[in-house]
Amino acid sequence: MDVILFLVFAIIAVVCAINVVVQTHPISSAVSLVGVMASLAVLYLLLGAEFLAAAQVIVYAGAIMVLFVFVIMLLNAGAEAKKGRSFTAQLLGLPLLVAFLGLMAYFVQRLFPQSTMVHFGGFRGGGAAEIGHALFTTFLLPFEVTSILILVAILGAIVLARKEMD
Amino acid sequence: MDSFIVISLIKEVVVFGVLLTTLAYLQWVERKVIAHIQVRPGPYRVGPHGLLQPVADIIKLLTKEDLVPPYVNKPLYLLAPFLAMTMALLSISVIPFGPQIQVAGYQTYMQLTDLNIGVLFVLAVSSMGVYGIALAGWSSNNKYALLGGLRSSAQMISYELPMSLAIAAPLLISNTLSLRGLVEKQAGGIWNWNVLHGPFPQIVSFIIFLIAAFAETNRIPFDLPEAENELVAGFHTEYSSMKFASFFMSEYANMITVSCMATLLFLGGWVAPWPAEYGSSYVPAAIFLLAGLVALYHGFHPARRRDGYTLPVFGVLFLIAAAVFLLPMVQSWLIPLFWFCAKTGGILFGFMWIRGTLPRFRYDQLMGFTWKFLFPVAMLNLLVTGFLVALRS
Repeated sequence: MDVILFLVFAIIAVVCAINVVVQTHPISSAVSLVGVMASLAVLYLLLGAEFLAAAQVIVYAGAIMVLFVFVIMLLNAGAEAKKGRSFTAQLLGLPLLVAFLGLMAYFVQRLFPQSTMVHFGGFRGGGAAEIGHALFTTFLLPFEVTSILILVAILGAIVLARKEMD
Repeated sequence: MDSFIVISLIKEVVVFGVLLTTLAYLQWVERKVIAHIQVRPGPYRVGPHGLLQPVADIIKLLTKEDLVPPYVNKPLYLLAPFLAMTMALLSISVIPFGPQIQVAGYQTYMQLTDLNIGVLFVLAVSSMGVYGIALAGWSSNNKYALLGGLRSSAQMISYELPMSLAIAAPLLISNTLSLRGLVEKQAGGIWNWNVLHGPFPQIVSFIIFLIAAFAETNRIPFDLPEAENELVAGFHTEYSSMKFASFFMSEYANMITVSCMATLLFLGGWVAPWPAEYGSSYVPAAIFLLAGLVALYHGFHPARRRDGYTLPVFGVLFLIAAAVFLLPMVQSWLIPLFWFCAKTGGILFGFMWIRGTLPRFRYDQLMGFTWKFLFPVAMLNLLVTGFLVALRS
């Protein structure tokens, strides 16, 4: 059952991810990206990280992507025009893709040897209490630094918008 | 394992049957309530007191021509109502309606499934519901629909923040994310409900939650996305037949969900206002008895000839319901269910009451209100609650 669900949602994630690149209209790409986020959340859930799954949906699918869609709608961006591929792209595209995938596979093989198999639902400590505890004890400094980073980004956005308004 | 699947299937059929019927009749109730606020009788022609009006509406919507305009973006245009409906119905699956019950030897909960992240699940699903409206507005390729979709996305993003902060405060007090756990923490009586329970009564966050809930469900006074005098019908201008109906139903389903959430988070779920040893289990029977007697009195009153047979029939039905509430074998699950429905229904009535009385906000007022007032107040409330909870422990 777990394996079937994993395969279904993994395939949905990959298909949606390819669709993000293939679609010509930004809205269709954004909706496909929402599909990727949602199926990733299901994969987290299958592994037993329920808080991470909920956070994934709330933050990425529910907030960030809504903002993306909103901005695309507001700017009324049209579909991008399809141009013929350049000679270099036609010649090197496929070999480079194969080389990249091979490199990825090699590194995954090197970093994660076969001995560490992942069990469905085998991960304990994905609940809200454990995550909260970890965030406010072990990872307190990275957590606070990240929040300051985001604050700086917001202030930067305000400064940029101000300049344009004057 | 097999009995688990069978019980789950039965529960699903019951819950969704009841939910869809409630959706249809909620609309009838709303029309009646608004009609009485405006001193007119409301739907009266189809069936006694217009009770068959929802059936007539469903037949009308099903048999209307399903028009897909040629200029729409077809995949997204077809996806949008489906998305809105699915997300609206999905969140009911984690809402608990009552305690553990025993049916034919099986122990089961009056809830489809209890997630230990139930509150987050409802938040996640409701935040996904924006896509239905936003995509409907965009894919219709119509300026009114686009404006409606834009307004709706902006409004939902803005009001989600105070709503989440308002939810976080009672969670700090109850110290759990499971909706069943929340209710169990509030057991005992009205002084244990989060809205009144110390160290910091959550009245402020209850009101903020309700205001944000009105905005999230696009109800008056926050129904800017479908402001008919500016935007024709807003994001669903180009939809007809059942596609229009699914937007309509998802709005009502969202209303039910937020009312259930308010009940569970702040009003103690299915917990009676005071313990059963002081006689709270006789309240439902007393209410139905009173309702039955009032209906009988008015039914036999010579001035109301039009209701000569419907009101007495309803009076007798209410009296039967009052008798059922006194039967000991059903009391264990019927009375919690009554309290849950009474609280949720009370909030739903508030939705209708406000629709009947308040005008619509202007758009800048809408945005200024949430960012400049609601958000800081919710933040302050959360800080004070967190401080007091930390002091207590």
